Amino acid sequence: MSEAAQGTPIRSLKDFPSEHLLAGGTPMCAGCGGLQALHEVNDLLGAKTVFVNAAGCMTLLAAYPYTPFRGSWLYTSMASAPAGAQGVRDALDILIAKKRLAPEEDLHAIVLTGDGSAYGMGLSATSAAIERGLDFLYLCYDNEGYGNTGQQASGATPHGARTATSTLGYGGAKKDLFAIWAAHKPAYAATVIGADPLDLAKKVRKAAALKGPRLILALAPCPTGWDFDPQETVEIGRLAVKTGVWPLREYENGRIAHTRVPHPRVPVAEYLARQGRFRHLFEPRRDEAAIAAIQAGIDAYWQANP
Amino acid sequence: MSRELLTGNAAAAWGARLACADYVPAFPITPQTEIIETLARWYERGEAEGRLVMLESEHSMITAAAAAAATGVRVFTATSSQGLLYAMEMIFAVPGWRAPFVLVNVSRALATPITLEPDHTDVLAARDSGFLQIHCASCQEVLDSILIAYRLAEHPRVRLPALVNLDGFYLSFTREPVEIPAAAEARAFLPDFQPGEVEFRASKPVSQAVSVLGSSPYSYFRYETHLAALEALGAYDEVAREFAARFGRLHPAVECYRSEDAEIAFLMIGAFSTKARDAVDRLREKGVAAGLVRPRLLRPFPQAALREALLGRRAVAVVDQNLSMGSGGVLAAELASALYGCRGAPLIARFVGGLGGRDITAEEFEAMAAAAREAAETGTAPEPRLLYTAAELREVRKLQAIALAERREARGRR
Repeated sequence: MSEAAQGTPIRSLKDFPSEHLLAGGTPMCAGCGGLQALHEVNDLLGAKTVFVNAAGCMTLLAAYPYTPFRGSWLYTSMASAPAGAQGVRDALDILIAKKRLAPEEDLHAIVLTGDGSAYGMGLSATSAAIERGLDFLYLCYDNEGYGNTGQQASGATPHGARTATSTLGYGGAKKDLFAIWAAHKPAYAATVIGADPLDLAKKVRKAAALKGPRLILALAPCPTGWDFDPQETVEIGRLAVKTGVWPLREYENGRIAHTRVPHPRVPVAEYLARQGRFRHLFEPRRDEAAIAAIQAGIDAYWQANP
Repeated sequence: MSRELLTGNAAAAWGARLACADYVPAFPITPQTEIIETLARWYERGEAEGRLVMLESEHSMITAAAAAAATGVRVFTATSSQGLLYAMEMIFAVPGWRAPFVLVNVSRALATPITLEPDHTDVLAARDSGFLQIHCASCQEVLDSILIAYRLAEHPRVRLPALVNLDGFYLSFTREPVEIPAAAEARAFLPDFQPGEVEFRASKPVSQAVSVLGSSPYSYFRYETHLAALEALGAYDEVAREFAARFGRLHPAVECYRSEDAEIAFLMIGAFSTKARDAVDRLREKGVAAGLVRPRLLRPFPQAALREALLGRRAVAVVDQNLSMGSGGVLAAELASALYGCRGAPLIARFVGGLGGRDITAEEFEAMAAAAREAAETGTAPEPRLLYTAAELREVRKLQAIALAERREARGRR
């Protein structure tokens, strides 16, 4: 952790680490927004890391005998990755306290999870890890569905999105995981997106320098699950911010602040129209009422949280 | 060394204390809770050194336990019944991490219906997981078995987690005189944990519990875990002999009581086997050549030792304190597969009893012995039997009558 905290402050893209720690050639899909965020986060955190993984797309990153990581890896289960981080963290603390391990051998425990686990099955273990004050970073790549199994609706799926289990559009609403974390009063919580690396880097640097439970929640545009061309990942990510769909937020010392305020906000239809999962809102007829309802939800959020 | 009256739960806590467990991830469940409360009290008062962390579920508890073991500390944890089942995904996952630790299970019968009293269906659900299993019949055995379990689990040829089982209530809450080894003696028997290759360090990156693509690496690693478990057979005998030499108590993989010249033998595990032991003495007084064979080690399955103990007996009455729905007792089936095709194999009389803490009476042991003798004489194994008495049925009929009356009265009120 000290390695990352001591890094040069990030003021522009030129301050980014020049060395890339995560190897290429992974089995992730082309244009994976989650992998984009992971690349950035990993470079910023350094190699003294142990990624404790919950079942999801990224479970396939480390497939015997290959791993793209310079640091360590522990796969756990879908529900209990934070408990795995707890065991690793506690064991390292015990070993260092008993002088059975040199402090420079210490590792930064990072939970790596998708939204399926983070918003659902893993929520109980996450909540408990936060309440215990576990010193860990929780990195969630949120592609708004159970992507690894073919994009079924999860607790992170936005209203109206077509998924493999909601072919007419998801009837529920996306849960606010950031707010759930903030309600626990953690050391730090932030939403990020790989398409805004500067904002992401500032937040990851800040998180890395703190102790305690810390959330980095990355919206992860997903070409296969959201149905768009892989080359559009960055553009769709930017639109998520510009339309106000994905507010870039930060929780620190009991306060929530926006790190980017899109002004004026691009109409959400521009974001929706580029993704096959919302095509039924535009074809065969444009569903003005449904699009207006989604826009109203976004406007209401920004009015309540200026 | 000191001698104290201890419950099985307190004996388990002493086992963890003498093993110098560094880390105890915990979650409460009756009848196990006294174990973690005792450890928590010792750690808080500085009477023992260790760190106890409350997890929010047994599933997380086993994850944290294995993750800490994989980071290189000695881990102890405990659960019971529904808790063991709640953790079952991880119970099957973590043996493959090859990070040894010890889990105590205080057996309690499973829902439905829900109850607090013991039988072994809970622990047998973990039978195929890769956890080694040691079953105790006394509070002394609980303490001793924990020390033995660490040696076995951490054995370089084994490196698997180990489960030590004791019966809820009959052992967990029953005080028996227990010899507590001196800390230095225990340490000499069980030196510091050597994590070996399995540990997370900044200078030695390692990937653990990774996925495989394809069936050949999958089968390879599964076979490797199985073969490691089989290695624990020989390792167990080594460790038990060394324990006996140091502490004067021999805990063999299969304990035989008056079975060498027996015509009929009982086969049981756990605390209720002490009832079978009494029955053997009474039968012997009446001139019946009876004996008891009690596997302490259930995983790995001590097939050779069981054959040695039972080949040449005329019949064996297996008393299963568990029930595999639609099949019957688990131990009877395991024993049959171990003895099948062997010359001199005894006939097997199968009984299921002691579910949910139900007592097995002296008369029932005599009746089971009689059934086994008849099998030996006629050369035919009897039909499996579920132990139940007319008095018990009468008791349930009374409860049903009350339930019915209450329902009728409620309907009348509506």
